[in-house]
Amino acid sequence: MIATSIESRRSAPLKGVGHVRRVDSGGDRGRVVDTAPRRRPAPTAPPRPGVPPASRFPRLLAGVDEPTGPVDLPHHLELWGPLDFHRARAGLVDELDASGLAGHGGAWFPVAAKWRSVGAGSRRRPVVVANGTEGEPASAKDGFLLEWAPHLVIDGASAAAAALGAGRVILCVPPRLVAGVSREVVARDGLRMDPVGIEVVPAVEAFVAGQESAVVNALEGRAPVPSFVRIKPVRESGVGGRPTLVQNVETLAHVGLVARFGAGWFRGLGTARDPGTTMLTLHDGRGVPQVFEMPLGVAMRQVLGLSSAATADYQAALVGGYGGGWVSMATLLDLELSEGAARRVGAGLGPGVVALLPRDACPVAEVARVVRYMEGQSAGQCGPCVLGLAALAHALESLAFDARPPRGLLDRVGQLCDLVEGRGACRHPDGVARFARSALGVFGDDMAGHAQSGPCDRVGSRPVLPLPVPAVMPPPGHNGHRDRPGRALREVARR
Amino acid sequence: MRPHLVLLVDPTVCDAHGVCAELFPERVRLDPWGYPIIDGRDIPPVLEVHARRAADSCPRLALHLVEEVR
Repeated sequence: MIATSIESRRSAPLKGVGHVRRVDSGGDRGRVVDTAPRRRPAPTAPPRPGVPPASRFPRLLAGVDEPTGPVDLPHHLELWGPLDFHRARAGLVDELDASGLAGHGGAWFPVAAKWRSVGAGSRRRPVVVANGTEGEPASAKDGFLLEWAPHLVIDGASAAAAALGAGRVILCVPPRLVAGVSREVVARDGLRMDPVGIEVVPAVEAFVAGQESAVVNALEGRAPVPSFVRIKPVRESGVGGRPTLVQNVETLAHVGLVARFGAGWFRGLGTARDPGTTMLTLHDGRGVPQVFEMPLGVAMRQVLGLSSAATADYQAALVGGYGGGWVSMATLLDLELSEGAARRVGAGLGPGVVALLPRDACPVAEVARVVRYMEGQSAGQCGPCVLGLAALAHALESLAFDARPPRGLLDRVGQLCDLVEGRGACRHPDGVARFARSALGVFGDDMAGHAQSGPCDRVGSRPVLPLPVPAVMPPPGHNGHRDRPGRALREVARR
Repeated sequence: MRPHLVLLVDPTVCDAHGVCAELFPERVRLDPWGYPIIDGRDIPPVLEVHARRAADSCPRLALHLVEEVR
């Protein structure tokens, strides 16, 4: 079954990927498009009789390969049948526990444990936020899902609301998709499907804006940057001070299926340790990125389907996006598609990004460009992140482009990685450290070459790894903090 | 499950004044830019008064002495 699925996956999700691009959110951040009347009784439709579509693959992308375009509500109901939110209220959290579903936004935290922690010990009704903030420039899967199969996501969000007794459901979607998703929400209203009114809000498009406390801050009208959550996590106090579940949209789409067919069905694909399927964004360094779905646990060799000649065209691969890590092609092909396996080779599956680096690209220049971009995407709140990433970007640029880089640069890169790791309010510096440190290992020879005799002859080749132009920065002045690391920087310069 | 005392710095608030490292060198050192690197180990009772003084003296109130239950 898996083999045929792999054959079929290329046709399905590729269409439309070409126009999956970031759009500047402009000035409409935080505008709430409230499309639903509030407080209506929960629907009482019984689950459709009959056997679940056990062998269906792809799951989340079912129906998107048909010529009818995005899966609208009639098509969605025809594919999956209605969802019984009463059942979700009763036992969905236990079902999710048994399913082994983990968060597909990048952290891979167990969903059931997260849901149980929301509002534990609080009597206030929680808020459910479907997080479609896809800050990673190399990832396109969340936007793709919201564009082509939005109803599974909304099903999952509503099921979460039923299970947690939430009073609000907010969908954060890329600005370009607000109109389309709102239209689908209106269609659901016509059938009185959802237990709670659903709000559609444009997501802020910046790298750190997808972190859950940053999402909450954006919804609260504050700057879309992470908070120091070890003191006050959003699961205790988020939107409106209420306990808040912020869950990635792909994860919620899986929830929509677990709520229908149960944990046993969910585990019908994937492995015992990594059950289910996952969405991936693949960059082959040549054409437009491809978005597709694969069962977890399959070998990357199968995911990629590369001939040995095609494999020889690449020097290495980035797994997990710009907070992930570099691996050699040999390591990549034997890698199992799972967060655990990717972590064991110094990367991480993250939001499901795999980028292949062609042989004619200069890896040192590619790494330097990405680190400079990530430095610019720092929220600007934490001194070690602001100053450390600036120093790291500077060192890598010197290594990549200087004719005679200063001595000891390679050691300095490693030291700076150690210095920034774990020093921010969010994991942004940790991700950059993993990215840069893995590059030291995989591209050690290239780096040493640059350090000894200046730029290689590929340094001027066309950049391969995708970076948005221009980078979208959070606005200045939030909390009065944003200027402070800059001031500290000037102070250091004076010393 | 007994509570442990740990020292946390809120890096979004910290402004690299360095008072913490001055007052509590047992668990705080400074990075090259003057920002504190906190040793994450539990604070034993004998050091608690020093930790509390460091937290109370932070000009930005960025240093928190919190009980974590593990």
